[in-house]
Amino acid sequence: MPEKKISLILKIWRQKNPDQQGKLVTYELSDISSSMSFLEMLDLLNEQLTIKAEEPVAFDNDCREGICGKCGAMVNGTPHGPERETTLCQLHMRHFKDGDTIYIEPFRSVAFPLIKDLVIDRSALDTVIMAGGYISVNAGSAVEANTHPVGRDVAEQAMDSAACIGCGACVAACPNASAMLFTGAKITQLALLPQGQPERKKRAASMVKTMDKLGFGGCTNIGECEKACPKNISITNIARLNHEYMRTILLADEK
Amino acid sequence: MQLDAKIPAGPIAQKWDNRRFEYNLVNPANRRKYTVLVIGTGLAGASAAATLGELGYNVKIFCLQDSPRRAHSIAAQGGINAAKNYQNDGDSVFRLFHDTIKGGDFRSREANVYRLAQLSNLIIDQCVAQGIPFAREYGGTLANRSFGGAQVSRTFYARGQTGQQLLLGAYSSLMRQVALGTVSLFPRRELMDVIVEEGRASGIICRNLINGQLESYNGHSVVLATGGYGNVFHLSTNAMASNVSAGWRAYKRGAGLANPCFVQIHPTCIPISGTHQSKLTLMSESLRNDGRVWVPKQAGDTRDPAKIPENERDYYLERKYPSFGNLVPRDIASRGAKEVCDQQRGVSETGQAVYLDFQDAIQRDGLNTIRYKYGNLFQMYQKITADNPETHPMKIYPAVHYTMGGLWVDYNLMTTIPGLFAIGEVNYSDHGANRLGASALMQGLADGYFVLPYSMGDYLATMGPVALSDTNQPLFKEATESIDNQTALLLKNNNSKKKGLQTVEHYHRKLGKTLWDHCGISRNKEGLQTALASIPEIRAEFWDNCLVPGTGLEFNQSLEKACRVADYLEFSEIMVQDALQREESCGCHLREESMSVDNEAQRDDKNFSHVTVWFHNGKEKTATTKREPLEFELSKPSTRNYK
Ligand SMILES: Cc1cc2nc3c(=O)[nH]c(=O)nc-3n(C[C@H](O)[C@H](O)[C@H](O)COP(=O)(O)OP(=O)(O)OC[C@H]3O[C@@H](n4cnc5c(N)ncnc54)[C@H](O)[C@@H]3O)c2cc1C
Ligand code: FES
Repeated sequence: MPEKKISLILKIWRQKNPDQQGKLVTYELSDISSSMSFLEMLDLLNEQLTIKAEEPVAFDNDCREGICGKCGAMVNGTPHGPERETTLCQLHMRHFKDGDTIYIEPFRSVAFPLIKDLVIDRSALDTVIMAGGYISVNAGSAVEANTHPVGRDVAEQAMDSAACIGCGACVAACPNASAMLFTGAKITQLALLPQGQPERKKRAASMVKTMDKLGFGGCTNIGECEKACPKNISITNIARLNHEYMRTILLADEK
Repeated sequence: MQLDAKIPAGPIAQKWDNRRFEYNLVNPANRRKYTVLVIGTGLAGASAAATLGELGYNVKIFCLQDSPRRAHSIAAQGGINAAKNYQNDGDSVFRLFHDTIKGGDFRSREANVYRLAQLSNLIIDQCVAQGIPFAREYGGTLANRSFGGAQVSRTFYARGQTGQQLLLGAYSSLMRQVALGTVSLFPRRELMDVIVEEGRASGIICRNLINGQLESYNGHSVVLATGGYGNVFHLSTNAMASNVSAGWRAYKRGAGLANPCFVQIHPTCIPISGTHQSKLTLMSESLRNDGRVWVPKQAGDTRDPAKIPENERDYYLERKYPSFGNLVPRDIASRGAKEVCDQQRGVSETGQAVYLDFQDAIQRDGLNTIRYKYGNLFQMYQKITADNPETHPMKIYPAVHYTMGGLWVDYNLMTTIPGLFAIGEVNYSDHGANRLGASALMQGLADGYFVLPYSMGDYLATMGPVALSDTNQPLFKEATESIDNQTALLLKNNNSKKKGLQTVEHYHRKLGKTLWDHCGISRNKEGLQTALASIPEIRAEFWDNCLVPGTGLEFNQSLEKACRVADYLEFSEIMVQDALQREESCGCHLREESMSVDNEAQRDDKNFSHVTVWFHNGKEKTATTKREPLEFELSKPSTRNYK
């Protein structure tokens, strides 16, 4: 695709730290190549701000390949911007038109306190994993890898859930700030596989409880999470979470 | 002077057994009395910390990212090797060992590589037990694919996201230990210095990236698992935060740095599209299983690829290397691409690209099969380039990808500083002058799950439960002051009216271009000398004119980057010196002066069958080198032949 140059008006959330008030600041940026990624567009702005001895916009990123889950911001009100199944780092400027105004704000949720500008603290998601998003197997104690056959369709389904990158877009998109899609994806992955069976009940109970404790909201089936997910994690993972959670209650005394 | 690699006695297959028996053990009840500091949460660091935690040690783990799950290992795509021989195609521990030694062009240590091959199968067992959804056959058994430099199919994979799945496995084990209280987690921390007290590593200084504060931590030992330094070239396939700093700071405290010029340039990456480019994206090597690499036979042929008939295409890898074809090792494939582009036969507007074509595979296996294997890679390619590889051949070009060089370690993974260990990509150990695909993940996890936990026990048991270093003592204070001084220097142009100030990025770009031009895919004496003359100039300019906004006591990404670039500007000089002194071609290191008559790389075993290890002698003093001679008992150094 031939390269074009565009100009944009950016309205970016600037907030020095959690204690100070933040506000939207307007920047005009030109000479944006259509083959740039969204983050490269922000790099361009930041280089220009730096040369003017102004503070560049803080934003998180690392892999720039859509896999580490570190980037993310609300672009015109949508997590990771307008393209479906695309992280902010993989969003390219060819999807914007010359003269567009773009609002760029951090993911907002009680469970994700702001650090600076677009940077937030998502460690609550790690805390959810700590509550049971694992199989308790010490190094050295594993059985031979082909001992338990896993059908290709099951493995594929587990992989669909395991593809979650933990970016938090689902939480940012949800009016209830629920983390059910994130948590459901991990519970589903492990519930599908034979290795996940021994701790299946305990895992669901503990992860759901922790999620609630951290201030994430409940799910009321709005479906915004699925739409916002850059990895296309299906809302059926939430159905599976509910199913797994019910199982822990209904089968509470089954050993 | 020679270095002692502490290789165990006995026949190669028994060396690791022998060593494990020699190791002293720490009584399980005493383990919690030992504190181990692990820097890095990639495959190597996360697996090591989780395992040390499981054993009962008191572990503190640090990383740059907000969560350990985001370490650069997450981006690995293609797969992980193991000698399971599930395909019944003739694989064995010995074959994996042999392929890895040969792929590394006989510049790695036999005993380490053999141990790696032995441990490879345990890794797969461990990962499956963690619930990693590897690709499966219809019957439910594990599937494999082929990777470069091997004629057996031994690579395990989870779509194109193998690194992600392996890392999430290690991360989940790590988080389980955090929950159990054996491991404490310190995210958004950057290692700034290693403390060496009475000859032993006994602590670290970190910057808390949220508030800028410098923090001191003490431990009975320190493990660096901080990854590779490919970003010294500015553009690479590495994540933005990957850096050389941790290794470089350890070097300045006395750790030897081995073969820093061994940098792997990966043949299949998305080509550069403009000056705004911030990183390069890898297209997994697994694509070469089914993709065919070609360029037009005629220089300057700008026709649409579909309009170029079969007989006017040059499938140059298949032509030159009929037995390995498109699956030659990376260094050979990269060099091939450069060669045809230098002959003006490159494609795309820049002329710096070759085609990777899936049409034949789609015709043969059907679109669905090809989508199943590579769907997510195709999608990623399309997102970046807006081209569809199902209908148009991909355009690819080599890019800096992996660093075989790194901190020198002995067989126990200890650097030349007692108590300072290095695991994963940050060390120099198993890949010689060229790493085979799918073997970095194997090495990182072998180091972390199955080697370090043993050798660490021996180190701690031998030392005994001594008191931890006092973080209020002068050693920590002096180190902290010197970092504060550096920060002040970096911030000095902030609020200055000086003309000609430039961003950190500007200097990084400039250094990267110098290195790519003179110390990239092929190297010669003159070019290397040019680079050696320019690096100190760029460094001086950087310290004079670099503009870093903000202060040192806040969240400041410009300052983070400036510290890393400052280290690249020192490290790169040693890297280029290393390339200059190695007057042979081997693996990734092609010296134009050392070529055979048929224009292939020519090794010089007589003069260079050794590891070159660099040592720091203080500021403004020249670095000196020592050697670890390499001996080959089992594999006969031969000219690599993939024809
Ligand atoms: C795109 C891509 C694809 C790849 N695909 C494959 C593949 O298919 N198969 C394969 O075998 N290999 C592959 N590799 C190589 C492989 O991914 C890496 O070599 C490997 O993951 C490195 O792991 P590591 O644990 O050593 O370091 P990393 O994963 O790089 O982790 C480094 C850790 O150290 C921390 N850190 C770094 N510096 C500091 C500091 N100064 N202070 C504090 N913390 C620090 C980071 O935060 C991070 O947690 C690929 C590499 C790339 C770039
Ligand atoms: S930067 Fe890693 S997902 Fe965007």
